[in-house]
Amino acid sequence: MDRHHPYSQVNGVSTGTTILAVKFNGGVIIGSDSRASMGESYVSSKTINKLIQVHDRIFCCIAGSLADAQAVTKMAKFQLSFHSIQMESPPLVKAAASIMRELCYSNKEELRAGFITAGWDRKKGPQIYVVSLGGMLLSQPFTIGGSGSTYIYGYVDAKFKPDMTLEEATQFSTNALALAMGRDNVSGGVVHLVVITEAGVKHIVVPGDELPKFHDE
Amino acid sequence: MCAKIHYIAPNIYCCGAGTAADTEKTTDMLSSNLTIFSMNSGRNPRVVMAVNIIQDMLFRYHGMIGANLILGGVDCTGSHLYTVGPYGSMDKVPYLAMGSGDLAAMGILEDRFKVNMDLEQAKALVSDAIQAGIMCDLGSGNNIDLCVITKEGVDYIRPHKESPYNYKRQAKYKYKSGTTPILTKTVNKLELDLVQETVQMMETSASS
Repeated sequence: MDRHHPYSQVNGVSTGTTILAVKFNGGVIIGSDSRASMGESYVSSKTINKLIQVHDRIFCCIAGSLADAQAVTKMAKFQLSFHSIQMESPPLVKAAASIMRELCYSNKEELRAGFITAGWDRKKGPQIYVVSLGGMLLSQPFTIGGSGSTYIYGYVDAKFKPDMTLEEATQFSTNALALAMGRDNVSGGVVHLVVITEAGVKHIVVPGDELPKFHDE
Repeated sequence: MCAKIHYIAPNIYCCGAGTAADTEKTTDMLSSNLTIFSMNSGRNPRVVMAVNIIQDMLFRYHGMIGANLILGGVDCTGSHLYTVGPYGSMDKVPYLAMGSGDLAAMGILEDRFKVNMDLEQAKALVSDAIQAGIMCDLGSGNNIDLCVITKEGVDYIRPHKESPYNYKRQAKYKYKSGTTPILTKTVNKLELDLVQETVQMMETSASS
């Protein structure tokens, strides 16, 4: 397997990826592509799931080493469910993000994974938290992450508006992901979107041939 | 001949690529673990449980255990196929190839895989994919083994297809004593000096 990634910084399967989360009026949309790569030249999976559910209304998007990210989210899911049972109420999104941050910061030497934790809770409604590589925790109205995000900073900065409707936010996310997947070689596959609101969780998949096309395609 | 399809549970089998010792021992440990679980809980193990256990173990060792595994089985929730990498990453897949011949086999699988194939089609596909690996990869060879797992039971076909190249000795390779003539013989005595001598008494009496 080593021949697949001679110069890669991440050992093993990596989600060279594009992930994003956007707050809209009444909820939050998180999205990702579906490609997992080994090194810079082999696509080890076209259908990997990067939107991991850690609780009923809380999801985590993963980026970086797939093994590290899966291990951290598994641990966080367990700790969050334990916390929720102890408190006898659904956990806050901030609690989930803090658990992720604690794991990332304490093990920052060994881990190479970044996360976007987003969801809805009773106290503060829809929220988005970024837990980056070294364990920084930051709350934002929208955020993008992964290797493909560098290509869409201009787009999201220009096009984001606070308090969008669900349709506007869905279109914004799909466009952003399609643009990133078009330029980044380690992002691709299909677009996965999850809409989290008070009412529940909805999973939308946009296959490759239904992605928005831009002027040069 | 090497058996690369390992038993995990009556309804779960695992193909191992990578370091043979690692795949052997890891699957052995997993199998023991699941047997104990079955006895304790009175339930048949689920494929996803095997995956979780293996994933935790491999992650703990940070890729030092070179096991690339494909786990497949049928349990009460249906039939499942998972892959687990040496660093602890896992993926649920409809079809997959791993090992040094993975790219060759993947070509065949990508071309002919269809959802809801029937059994004979699937066996032919897997057999052809392995054959591609055998032909195009120097690290793969000899026979093709298949393991078919269904709700009714397991069919471990070993071998499904034998290699057409048989190893039969063409001549006798044992030589009589004295075949190689000895030309000269010299004996050098090694001078050894006794440097230190210590005696330790052992407790050999029956009382303890």
